[in-house]
Amino acid sequence: MSSPIVKLIAQRVALGILLLLAVSVLIFVGTNLLPGDVAQSILGQAATPVALENLRKEMGLNDPAYVRYFHWLFGILQGDLGTALTSRLDVATSIKERLWNTLFLAFWAAIISVPLAIILGLLAVRYRNGPIDKLISGFALASTSLPEFFIGYLLVFIFAVTFPILPGISTVHEGMPFLEKMKAIALPCTALTLGVLAHMMRMTRAAILNVMQSAYIETAELKGLSAFEIIRKHAFPNAIAPIINVVTINLAFLVVGVVVVEVIFVYPGMGQYLVDHVAKRDVPVVQAVGLIFAAVYIFLNVVADVASILANPRLRHPK
Amino acid sequence: MAETLLDIKNLRIEATTYTPGEKPRTITIVDDVSLTLEKGKVLGLIGESGAGKSTVGLSPMCYGRGGVSITGGEVILNGRDILKQGKNGIRKLRGHEVCYVAQSAAAAFNPVQRLMDQVVEACLTHGVANRVEAERRAVSLFTKLSLPDPDNIGKRYPHQVSGGQLQRVMTAMALCPEPDLIIFDEPTTALDVTTQIDVLAAIKEAIHATGVAALYITHDLAVVAQVADDIMVLRHGKMVEKGTTQQIIKEPRESYTQALVSVHHIEHQEKQPTPKPILSVKNVTAAYGNGIVKVLKNVSVDIHPGQTLAVVGESGSGKSTLARAITGLLPPQQGEVIFDGRKLSNKLADRTKEDLRQLQMIYQMADVAMNPRHTVGTIIGRPLTFYFGLRGAERDRRVKELLEEIEMGTGFIDRYPAELSGGQKQRVCIARALAAKPKLIICDEVTSALDPLVANGILKLLLNLQEIEQVAYLFITHDIATVKSIADSIAVMYRGEVARYGAKSQVLTPQFDDYTDLLLSSVPALELGWLEKAIAGRKMAGAGN
Repeated sequence: MSSPIVKLIAQRVALGILLLLAVSVLIFVGTNLLPGDVAQSILGQAATPVALENLRKEMGLNDPAYVRYFHWLFGILQGDLGTALTSRLDVATSIKERLWNTLFLAFWAAIISVPLAIILGLLAVRYRNGPIDKLISGFALASTSLPEFFIGYLLVFIFAVTFPILPGISTVHEGMPFLEKMKAIALPCTALTLGVLAHMMRMTRAAILNVMQSAYIETAELKGLSAFEIIRKHAFPNAIAPIINVVTINLAFLVVGVVVVEVIFVYPGMGQYLVDHVAKRDVPVVQAVGLIFAAVYIFLNVVADVASILANPRLRHPK
Repeated sequence: MAETLLDIKNLRIEATTYTPGEKPRTITIVDDVSLTLEKGKVLGLIGESGAGKSTVGLSPMCYGRGGVSITGGEVILNGRDILKQGKNGIRKLRGHEVCYVAQSAAAAFNPVQRLMDQVVEACLTHGVANRVEAERRAVSLFTKLSLPDPDNIGKRYPHQVSGGQLQRVMTAMALCPEPDLIIFDEPTTALDVTTQIDVLAAIKEAIHATGVAALYITHDLAVVAQVADDIMVLRHGKMVEKGTTQQIIKEPRESYTQALVSVHHIEHQEKQPTPKPILSVKNVTAAYGNGIVKVLKNVSVDIHPGQTLAVVGESGSGKSTLARAITGLLPPQQGEVIFDGRKLSNKLADRTKEDLRQLQMIYQMADVAMNPRHTVGTIIGRPLTFYFGLRGAERDRRVKELLEEIEMGTGFIDRYPAELSGGQKQRVCIARALAAKPKLIICDEVTSALDPLVANGILKLLLNLQEIEQVAYLFITHDIATVKSIADSIAVMYRGEVARYGAKSQVLTPQFDDYTDLLLSSVPALELGWLEKAIAGRKMAGAGN
């Protein structure tokens, strides 16, 4: 491990942090542009002008925007995400459990979809242009083409209504036995998996096929290696960088893109929480959730970049 | 009577092309080729690109590139017809009985695996040896092939080793499972001459020491003459002639072989320098990467009107960078370029249209230097419109004139680059350069991608055109034989500096400086035993120092 690689990685990490700061500004500005008066929405239409003015003062709403921004930012850095306007609850406390739930769902969807996508991609390469390849690609593309809410309701219709073997509403709560929990998330997990599978599988297939054109694949073939050995030992390791990239983008989607799926299955995660509070114009909650989603997204992308750097032997082992 | 290892009878290889919108067509790539190879012997397969030599060469591995398949004949290896072996049988034979050494080792090694893992892979796959034994063999082969630090070189990754060393590692990889037959597919073509000679000597020594038989595929007769016992000449997928190496190079029977043997004999009378050069490069220093990587150091050369300066050197010597500095693509850090008595501005953007017109370029890769969606007429016509404002019938007339000049005929005016052969493409590029009526054309390795006979045609054309148009050439090449055929003066470049410069007769006559001597003595000569003489000469020189 030498300086160029450390430098490159440090650059990526620094860029990620910078990006996150920029996003925090965007979120803050964006939520401030939203129409409506926070004080008004808390106190309701019947509030007197004096009461409104008092509340604004109390909440610091009359300060200039940049003061409020830094106030908000330093609060976050100290772990204070603010107080929900509607419920008067600490946002950090309410988010904790929901974030955990979202990550739980995303984690299991990833555990199933990533290996499945890569294995299907490898199979598609091995039997390329044959019936197996066409079947895999066709199935994956069909599942991606259908919107998640449609797949979600379709799954509910089949597995919860027609054959009632799984719950159609995925309520989970703390202290629930693990197996119960798994059963509860089975359908949303499937819906998510079907949503991200095709992209990862197609990109894996394309990345490996691209590598299969290389002269060293011919070398391996002329050594008498079997088709699977060639793909596993020579093609896959060289296609790893683009595969990691597409996998992390999809992981990010699993965390961030669960909103719709959570709403369908009434799953108590971040997505539902966000949608609820957007409807109520609860700005601190929207800001906090937005920032967390952005952080997850940027973090995973930095991981992808760092992994691609580490996968390059020229950078790992300089001359 | 030696034992027959390989017996190919009436081999027929076909390819099916699937052009969209057309019915699949079957093309015959190789037709009715027969050969036998005894154990421990080396057979050279020689021919131009498209002659089918690689296709024939790969047939003992039952392998075809790009939809090619063997459709007739027999390939008998160690007494078995391998075409009847089935998939698994062929897999067991590849990398075990027959091994392969590719043209570009740099591309043929997996970049993410250590060399040793790749060298022993075939042994392990076929159960020839266990890991410890295979690695022991590999190290001993590395030693035999005179690789530096044979005990540790296997721990390196491909990008950490030079091109010539990689080619030797690849030879070790082929020898490791102790096969009966190795197929060498242009193993030294991608290397510089001074590297080629060492690799060639190492390969020859390894073949000799292990007693393995080999098929040696190349387009370079002088190279194959050094290693092969017998030579087979192929053309258009058919055998032209087969004989001992001695017979092929001394008494070729067929006219095609005779042409191949005498290919480099262009006589060119050296012209005297004129008092006023058309181009003077004065103390030019140039660098890439914000001046960090110095590629040209204090280079000064002159080119005289209607004459040719050949710039010769190996890859990385800075010869193409010199062209970039002259054209302004890479503005020099120091020094100046004087063209026709006036100083050219360093930057391309600051030059006048007239400056640009008088200085044209021709590139190595003709097919990527042309817009594939333009017809030949448009390609040659564009500079006519751009520089002289010619349009319509007038332009067509001039394009036709130029087509006649490059000996292609006016019928090509509506053709697309894809419909032309490699030599024809390069001719169109020459016509495009000539269309601007330049005083100087920079030719950057213009014949390097072409087959020897075609390249010879291009050189002759360039010389003719020089007589007619009185155009000067800056001719960049790595090939000494080409230099001898075309140059009036020569600049030998080494690591960004001019190592030797002067009139052709002067540069090519002793006393040589060390580098020029090495370069000249590394060019394979078409004679038996040249390699041994050259290596011995080098050792003597080494001992003398």
